[in-house]
Amino acid sequence: MISVEWFYWLMGLFWLGVGVLVARDRTNPKRLTSGLFWALLGLCFPYSSFVVTKTAPAWPLGLVIVVIAALAGTGRLAKSGSATAATADGDVEGANLDRDADRGDRGVRPGGGTGGSSVALAPTREREARAEKFGNRLFIPVLAIPVITALCAIAGPYVIIGGRPLLQKGSETVIGLAAAGIIAIVISMVVFKLRSPALALTEGRRLTEDLGWALVLPQLLSVLGLVFATAGVGTAIGSTVSAILPKGSLLPAVILYCVGMAVFTVIMGNAFAAFPVLTAAIGYPVLVAAMGGNPAAVFAIGMLSGYCGTLCTPMAANFNIVPVALLELKSNYAVIRAQLPTAIPLLVANIVIMYVVAF
Amino acid sequence: MLVLLGILVVVVGFALKLNPMLVVTVAGLVTGFLGGMTPLAVLNAFGTGFAGSRSVSIFLLVLPVIGLVEHFGLQQQARRLVSKLARLSTGGILAGYLFLRQILAAIGLMSIGGHAQTVRPLVAPMAEAAAVRKYGPLPDKVVQRIRAFAASTDNVGAFFGEDIFVAVGAVLLITSFVDTTYGFTLVPLQVALWAIPTAVVALLIHGTRSLLVDRTLRREMAGLATAEVTR
Repeated sequence: MISVEWFYWLMGLFWLGVGVLVARDRTNPKRLTSGLFWALLGLCFPYSSFVVTKTAPAWPLGLVIVVIAALAGTGRLAKSGSATAATADGDVEGANLDRDADRGDRGVRPGGGTGGSSVALAPTREREARAEKFGNRLFIPVLAIPVITALCAIAGPYVIIGGRPLLQKGSETVIGLAAAGIIAIVISMVVFKLRSPALALTEGRRLTEDLGWALVLPQLLSVLGLVFATAGVGTAIGSTVSAILPKGSLLPAVILYCVGMAVFTVIMGNAFAAFPVLTAAIGYPVLVAAMGGNPAAVFAIGMLSGYCGTLCTPMAANFNIVPVALLELKSNYAVIRAQLPTAIPLLVANIVIMYVVAF
Repeated sequence: MLVLLGILVVVVGFALKLNPMLVVTVAGLVTGFLGGMTPLAVLNAFGTGFAGSRSVSIFLLVLPVIGLVEHFGLQQQARRLVSKLARLSTGGILAGYLFLRQILAAIGLMSIGGHAQTVRPLVAPMAEAAAVRKYGPLPDKVVQRIRAFAASTDNVGAFFGEDIFVAVGAVLLITSFVDTTYGFTLVPLQVALWAIPTAVVALLIHGTRSLLVDRTLRREMAGLATAEVTR
């Protein structure tokens, strides 16, 4: 049986490798603390396997996560190659612009390098020539990813070898994506006629370092949600909510969840951050537990209601403010103004869809 | 009620643009302590939550191949694809890009579009050029609006396309969060399927608005022309 744990160990190994390489990379202005960040993250993954099976205590893992967050949160994580821009040959339009926008994404990132990309990045002119050469064949490896993932997710549960399912039950999608990432490397080696996967690992390291702590944030938000639920945030809001809401009235509860998601997203600029809060408060206790809503539909549409908020907030700078600068617009709110007439009817549509399909 | 201060930490931290990773961690610690958990219990919750939500980060394993294909010109090829829209009208270009962006995001190709990758170098100039071709030089106000609208097509397409892809952060965040917290076993595919109705509505609303840009343009430029004549 293929277990999802294998892939978590592989990820851990990859991050550990990145950590070692970064720690030895003299182009990284903060190589030791950056290396420590990636290496610790790498160690968390295999250790988690024992936490899940309850053969190791969870608190050391919790402690390491706080340390990792402190490292990133106090600006001790930097990209490699920040000193030597790999794109030195007048490559303004493509790579540098990409990277600059990338920085805008995380404008809050302290010490996030000076904009040069990490490690190897082929200059745009070269990549242009290669795009000419390979044309639409470039899409073969990337299209293989959704195809393989969907195949594993849909057909996976039915493949049984020796009386046991081939893929670990309940994790078919995740295994599918992980396997797709690896199989696609093999496919690209055929398409691009490469002899070794070394370039893939170098490029993987580049993207990993580019993403930085943003890579871990979704997982940390998931942790926050669990802490919220354990500490009773849900029940605290839930009791307030049920005091306001008339008993057993569905529509007001649906409206409160969807509009709440949008409003919290406007305030925080991030639907992922709003999701654990509102779900602990209304989504789970009221809509799913009390009203018997279909959890997949309630949560999916709840998240999308949050996205309507993302369209309306300057807090989501990478989507709404960065393009203002990129497109030389005069008003900071120009993009938001273009999006408001879509966001509001779409939020209403979400409320209607959830009310109709989830109950 | 005191535990709600944790939410306040998140809101204030994000508003002050502090490092989100730090904000989230501090909010977790504060909430845990205010909720009467011991330090050990808080750390245990952190550890259990992290271990149970590793699937959110599984997309890491796709980064090497994406990087590899980028090395061989993925983004350049995507730009060439988008530039084929050039012979359409302004509204047609905007609607066409919205559709393309949404489809590509739905099959997991988020990073090949974006404000820096496609909107600035391609979509905005093409939409502008189509209007210039038809009406001659445009007043600044109109140019600004076309550009802003181009940016909006990228956002709407990306947001309401990506959730259809099962293995994207949003879907896995939902499943891993509710699975670890409430003991569900949600299938990512189901969550992704429930994103489709909203995606269709988003395409209809924003697609229609994109196409209507042509009509607004016509009216505005006609109004401008008559103003010129009467002057």
